[in-house]
Amino acid sequence: MYGNAYIDPSDKAAAMIAGEDSEKLEAFEKRIAAGEKIEPKDWMPKEYRKQLIRMIEQHAHSEIIGALPEGTWITRAPGFRRKLALMAKVQDEVGHAQLLYSAAETLGKSREAMINDLITGKSKYSNVFNYPAFTWADACVIAWLIDAGAIINQVANAKGSYGPYCRALDRICTEESFHLKYGHDNVVTLATGTQKQREMVQGALTRWWPPIMHFFGPSDKISNHTEILMRWKVKMASNDDMRQQFLNMYVPKIWDLGLVLPDPNLKQNEAGVWEYTEPDWDEFKRVINGGGPCNAERLAVRRNAEERGRWVREALNTSESKYIVPLA
Amino acid sequence: MNQNSSEAIKELLYKMADDLLIIGHRNSEWTGLGPILEEDISFSSMAQDKIGQAQALYQLLNDLGEQEPDTVAFTRNANQFHNAQLVELPNGEYDFSLVRHFLYDHADQLRFEALANSSYEPLAKVARKVKGELKYHVFHANTWMVKLGSANEESHNRMQAAFNEAWNYALGMFEKSSFEDQLIAEGVFEGEETLQEKWLANITPYLIKAGIEIPASTSWNPVFGGRIGNHTANLSPLVEEMSEVFRFDPTAEW
Repeated sequence: MYGNAYIDPSDKAAAMIAGEDSEKLEAFEKRIAAGEKIEPKDWMPKEYRKQLIRMIEQHAHSEIIGALPEGTWITRAPGFRRKLALMAKVQDEVGHAQLLYSAAETLGKSREAMINDLITGKSKYSNVFNYPAFTWADACVIAWLIDAGAIINQVANAKGSYGPYCRALDRICTEESFHLKYGHDNVVTLATGTQKQREMVQGALTRWWPPIMHFFGPSDKISNHTEILMRWKVKMASNDDMRQQFLNMYVPKIWDLGLVLPDPNLKQNEAGVWEYTEPDWDEFKRVINGGGPCNAERLAVRRNAEERGRWVREALNTSESKYIVPLA
Repeated sequence: MNQNSSEAIKELLYKMADDLLIIGHRNSEWTGLGPILEEDISFSSMAQDKIGQAQALYQLLNDLGEQEPDTVAFTRNANQFHNAQLVELPNGEYDFSLVRHFLYDHADQLRFEALANSSYEPLAKVARKVKGELKYHVFHANTWMVKLGSANEESHNRMQAAFNEAWNYALGMFEKSSFEDQLIAEGVFEGEETLQEKWLANITPYLIKAGIEIPASTSWNPVFGGRIGNHTANLSPLVEEMSEVFRFDPTAEW
């Protein structure tokens, strides 16, 4: 999983390149246009660095927070096969966080600073994890459809311009494709299982559909700001394009299983474009800003884990240990 | 194999498999909550090994006529488990989890090393594979035991306190079975007493490096009972949680 890059649309385009050396900026943009990757020691505009840190950091946070709703089902997974697979999956997600924090650290912000910003609520993570995983089926739906959404986002971002992030994403996407298979296999098992199992998976899908529709974020405002980020290959696809791609790939699979999606207006029109009821973006904003059902709990759990682990980190931080910036 | 040998081997397999399942379950509870990401990942990795090893042993039991591994693991009640009480205790803080991991894995490594030469070939085969995995678990435990035992005052005090708390439970791992003499005589297993002696010899150098003291032997009071189904109040909720989904619809394939 899990990240979806959500770039703050309130940033002003003009401010993004204010004060930058125009020659360096031009050379930088030429490299990107030529498909070159930008590496940690290369010159880059301040705003490029800032946006990337924000994006990679949010992605990393999403991985560790995302481990919580799924992680609660590890101890309850039914049978050895599912238990082992779920453990491995969630472990992968935590591993992704590790990779991503390292990628972000190459831009000059330490992991500790990022985690502090997470637990103080200063930086965000994917909104979907502010919803609870009520049943085993919720964990299965997350593994299939949230990971599917994340793959669409991450495959796009892997073609971006910042080398360390792209390399991390390549590896992450490979692992995610297994998660997707795992999630799909689980959902198929439930959807073709007993009455109780079918009810369980339908309930989970109904609960998770609105957060899934929110996953890619609201329609992008066409602004100079977006245009620059796309030129810099920080943002690789529009939110709506990614949502369309997701619907196109997964709605038929969901319907094939005899499951019902809670949107009577959902259909593919003659032009091949998916039509749907506009998601409730007020709800989205409310949840992003802390008003979701689990925001407080997720951060409290994370804060508690940080607090309980402090003595371990302090013990590691001895005179012979020395901080090393990862090479990406 | 005669009937009596079969019962003796089953008893041995049950206690080992149950130890692994329950410690694996406890290890997995650290997922998402470790003190640093790398440790989160380590505990998750060890948990996967343990649960996989438990499954392999339940499979051996199945081959001896017991029920399927899933049925055995996910439908028994707490008093039907044969794990040592040490592994069912809650994770506590990281100090306790590490100390338990150190004490348990040293014993387990020696147990599987001995069993690699067992006269019961199916078990010997599994043991030869498992001991390769356990090498890394023990390496992890030793590294952290030494590091945290000696890093600073707080970490030392915490590790020593956790060690004192775990010690008698750890001794309880070596509770003898009623088939002990038979298993030894038939070359299936070297026996708990020998295992405990080797274990003590193995852990001592690391404890010296860590500056952790073993309680005086006059105060040793092994917590037995786990092997015959007597458990602390912690096991029952663990087993209920573990089997919650499985029992939700016992007729279902999951």
